[in-house]
Amino acid sequence: MPQIAQLLETYSSQIFWLLVFFGITFFVVGRGMVPKVLDTVSLRDKQIADDLAAAQSARDAAGEQEEAWRVRENENRAAAQALIADAKAKAAANTEKALAKAQEGLDAQLAEAEGRIEEARNSAMGEIEGVAAEAVQDILLKVAGTKVTKPTANKAVKEALNG
Amino acid sequence: MAGEEGKVDPMKQFEIEPMFGSDSWDVAGMNIAFTNSTLWMAITTILLVVFVAGGMKRELVPGRWQMAVEFFTGFIDDMLDANIGKEGRKYVPYVFTLFMFILFGNLLGLLPLGLVGVHPFTFTSHFTVTGVFAVISFSIVLIVGFWKHGIKFFTLFVPHGTPLPMIPVIFPIELISFLVRPFSLALRLFVAMMAGHVLLKVLASFVIDSTNAGAGFGVLVGIPSFTLMIGISALEILVAGIQAYVFALLTSLYINDAEHLH
Repeated sequence: MPQIAQLLETYSSQIFWLLVFFGITFFVVGRGMVPKVLDTVSLRDKQIADDLAAAQSARDAAGEQEEAWRVRENENRAAAQALIADAKAKAAANTEKALAKAQEGLDAQLAEAEGRIEEARNSAMGEIEGVAAEAVQDILLKVAGTKVTKPTANKAVKEALNG
Repeated sequence: MAGEEGKVDPMKQFEIEPMFGSDSWDVAGMNIAFTNSTLWMAITTILLVVFVAGGMKRELVPGRWQMAVEFFTGFIDDMLDANIGKEGRKYVPYVFTLFMFILFGNLLGLLPLGLVGVHPFTFTSHFTVTGVFAVISFSIVLIVGFWKHGIKFFTLFVPHGTPLPMIPVIFPIELISFLVRPFSLALRLFVAMMAGHVLLKVLASFVIDSTNAGAGFGVLVGIPSFTLMIGISALEILVAGIQAYVFALLTSLYINDAEHLH
């Protein structure tokens, strides 16, 4: 085993050169370069974290604006609906008024017509009584040969018709 | 031994050879020859610097390379954060270097460069190397522990709720298990890397020797061995990652003990 067989001749050279090269590596790479590499990494991590935070805050701001927009939109909608309801109510009132007016006119016409019918019926009734009284006088004259005066005949007809 | 009688010596790959005639380089009486092991440490260092430097474009939207580097730094950062907490941040440079150095060393040693005549050397298969890693990690634990808690660091060896009469027994046990940590750290990595490489070389020698013995042996022994080598190579890549991870993870757990005393 050369590690043991050559130990006495080589240990000093091995240790010396290892210390030299390990030392060079330690100071040049370990102390010189590695901290810079680690700095770069942590700088990048920081940048990524900052960017993420910025994105988050932008997102929050967007959310807030959307919320505000939603509130405004709801207000607008409520206002529009109030306007519609108002217009509806007004229209309904107008219609009602017009209907009432029309009803009034119709009622008046109806009453007038009823009055005219009543009048016509009365006059017709008077005529029927007159005709009936004359018919009674004629019938009595031809059948019984008796003459009755007009008022008597009228009276008898009125009694018979109105029962 | 390799080359002689056509035999493959599975231990040859761990031999350290001075390069560029640097055998006699001495500092304060100590030999510091530039060896093949040193060469692969240097390659590891260069590749690691190039790899991490390629991920330093610091772009907001990372490319593939930057992504890969950030994956590794993030991996270590998360591991320390999970095991130690926010105090773990300051150990990222050390644990990252440790993890990547071991990982690159393990993976480079597995490269099939033998095909082009270059012999990769896995320096993590030497306990002189893994031992140094373990000693550094253990020293950090000791220094941080005594720096932060002073003499109270010894309460680490008395778990919460230990009955008073048990303390004289528990304390030495915990102390020994604490002192064994650097050895287990170093040996685990060294053994895992060495075992895998030896196994691959032994199977490779089966392929060569059986084929040399005749076509029948080659089909009977060589082909199954080669199939097994493919599977074990994949396993070794996994082991290379796992061992680097285990070393880094245990280091971070031990540092957590030093920071928080259980």
